[in-house]
Amino acid sequence: MDSALLVDRIHFAFTITFHYLFPQLTMGLAPLIVVLKTLGLPRNDEVYHQAARFWARIFGINFVMGVVTGIPMEFQFGTNWSHFSRFAGGVIGQTLAMEGVFAFFLESAFLGLFLYGEKRLGPRAHWWSAVAVFLGSWLSGFFIIATDAWMQHPVGFVGAKDGSVQLSSFWELVLNPWAWWQYAHNMSGAVITGAFVMASVGAFYLLWGKFEAQGRIFVRVGVVAGLIFSVLQLFPTGDGQGRMVAVHQPVTLAAMEALFVSQTGAPLVILGQPNVDKRKIDNPIEVPNALSFLTYRQWKADVQGLDAFPPDMWPENIALLYYSYHIMVGLGTIFIATMLVASFLLWRGKLFSARWMLWILLLALPFPYIANTAGWMTAELGRQPWLVYGLMRTAEGYSKMVSAGNVMFTLLGFLGMYMVLGILFLFLVHREIEHGPVAEMSAGH
Amino acid sequence: METLWFMLVAAMLAAYVVLDGFDLGAGAIYLGAARTNDDRRKILRAIGPVWDGNEVWLVAAGGTLYFAFPLLYASSFSGFYLPLMMVLWLLMMRGIGIELRAHMENPVWVGFFDLIFCVSSVLLAIFFGAALGNVVRGVPLGADGYFFEPLWTNFRVGADNGILDWYTVLTGVIALVSLTAHGSLYVAVKTDGELNQRSRTVALRAWPVQVLLTIVGLAATCYVQPTVLDNYERHAIAFLIPVVVFGSLGLMIYAIRKGQDKLAFVGSAIYILGMLTGAAFALYPVVLPATADPAHRSLTIYNTAAGRHGLTVGFTWWILGMILALGYFVLLFRMFRGKVRLEGEGY
Repeated sequence: MDSALLVDRIHFAFTITFHYLFPQLTMGLAPLIVVLKTLGLPRNDEVYHQAARFWARIFGINFVMGVVTGIPMEFQFGTNWSHFSRFAGGVIGQTLAMEGVFAFFLESAFLGLFLYGEKRLGPRAHWWSAVAVFLGSWLSGFFIIATDAWMQHPVGFVGAKDGSVQLSSFWELVLNPWAWWQYAHNMSGAVITGAFVMASVGAFYLLWGKFEAQGRIFVRVGVVAGLIFSVLQLFPTGDGQGRMVAVHQPVTLAAMEALFVSQTGAPLVILGQPNVDKRKIDNPIEVPNALSFLTYRQWKADVQGLDAFPPDMWPENIALLYYSYHIMVGLGTIFIATMLVASFLLWRGKLFSARWMLWILLLALPFPYIANTAGWMTAELGRQPWLVYGLMRTAEGYSKMVSAGNVMFTLLGFLGMYMVLGILFLFLVHREIEHGPVAEMSAGH
Repeated sequence: METLWFMLVAAMLAAYVVLDGFDLGAGAIYLGAARTNDDRRKILRAIGPVWDGNEVWLVAAGGTLYFAFPLLYASSFSGFYLPLMMVLWLLMMRGIGIELRAHMENPVWVGFFDLIFCVSSVLLAIFFGAALGNVVRGVPLGADGYFFEPLWTNFRVGADNGILDWYTVLTGVIALVSLTAHGSLYVAVKTDGELNQRSRTVALRAWPVQVLLTIVGLAATCYVQPTVLDNYERHAIAFLIPVVVFGSLGLMIYAIRKGQDKLAFVGSAIYILGMLTGAAFALYPVVLPATADPAHRSLTIYNTAAGRHGLTVGFTWWILGMILALGYFVLLFRMFRGKVRLEGEGY
């Protein structure tokens, strides 16, 4: 194993994992802030305006974190993965440049207006600035997903004489079916994070007995959005994404499920630890035939196991891939159950006094972050050993001129920098929550 | 098509330098020119709603560079690995400094974040100038189009040079002085009273240094990279560029003395654009000269460009995107036009 390759991989994995903690809330919160602004618009209701302003403050802090941790992602394509950049730049340069030109300008220009311009703009124009921030953040998400989807399932390209790939069809690139399923699944996941965070803060205020008018709004909007998107996350988006994997990356599906042996009527493993050396699962709890049904809609369908593929095509870290996938699916199922119960209580008018349920909503906050991270790990570990599926292996893509020592230096730098950023973020958000939606900030915005 | 994209990427980078240049410069004079808390808040308020949007020009220019010239992006980003990572860390620290200061009440922490903001602004200005210096001077490109430079070696311009040598340090200092003047004039435009006077004084004091460094810089460039004159000799009309550069310096001092801050700021913007245009024109069609065997190993717009189809398609959406972006910026700067006031929203 070339050590520079290993350090480059850890470098990217660490910076992208930390980065995506922030955009998922940005993209999830943006539509919910539009909902709050819309609810407040007809009667010019100050309670809703305060609620929207409170989340705008959290959004602002979160957005800055997303921007400062996001710029290193674009840079790393060139700095740490230059051979990949040279190989694929003729295609994915399109989507990455479009993100900058279409999404970032929109987002940053209107965020300035949204955060600092409420008085100058008036309610209607301010509502539009919230919509523009929402569109910008979702557009940005699309271009990144389209880039990743091309790496998962390359389309719309031709090979060039110098060994690189070049764009042959723009529309195939942006209409990549993989991209649209992945986008729907990912954005739904982001709204789940936004909804759980909103409900959690609302539950905190109700349990605390302060800012209860806003707390009820947060819980209501969070629970309704949480239920809708938890269900969408499973069907149709998760199901559609899963079938893309089954069709285009069957070896990945086998590794995600730790299905070592091809079989008719394959079971779905709920629990159990994969033992890759012995090619079996320890103490499995399984649902018979369920994997065949979910994949092919037939209880007795043939599903290819890992044994159907040569080992150099297998994802390298099968155990981590298996756990990532199972944690994502398991948490997704728990989210649906939680939000179903909360919605039922809300419908019966009992939620705001059901302290046990408010406690559950309060403490549920970290889990959507874990599920979204696990989902991305499933996608990216599942793509291995390829950097661009079927075209370029990960081991071919890193910057060969940059020594392991230099990469280690910057990895340590990022570890330190991000630790400080993380502490500051928690401190600032904690302070905003303690101040609450009504109190006037003395010096802040 | 390659030439067109060369001009478009250069224009985006120039837009970045002019726009983010003024908030970097405002950061550089921040501790010196603004002494009271209210003055500092005024500077932050003058750049607060726009600095993030200005920085997007860097990201968008980087993305467009990657799209149009993938090999240039791959080669230069991996070759300039360490300084680029440091630029990232400085950009982060600066963003934190600006945003967190507003959230802090304790004077100890306010002072700390003030210092972070100022120091990171100064260092970024120097880094960007040194980066341009590296591109003009050339790098030790291998036959495969890649290279790697340590941060410094012996500070001489020669065979095994580092990122920093006497020439790139010089270009870094030129960038710092120019952006300091640029930022002071922006602050002068956006403020009144004592702060306006003080930032105007900074620009006035920086002016002779700026003139001197411009002359030294031009001479040093001709010495370090004699090929820069080739394009000028071929197209004599390009000698208008240095004329514009020195004309804009004249305009700056005239306007500063007359107290016309806006005109002086425009002069400074023309100066920056003139210097960058001059450098881009001198390099074309080379985008990264090789120090060894430049005839074969230099990266040009032709051997680094993406496929023709992609470049053509890209032009369509790029035009559309830029029209939209210019619209947003006009709207944004109009909404926050005029002198800053401390009452009301923000910072």
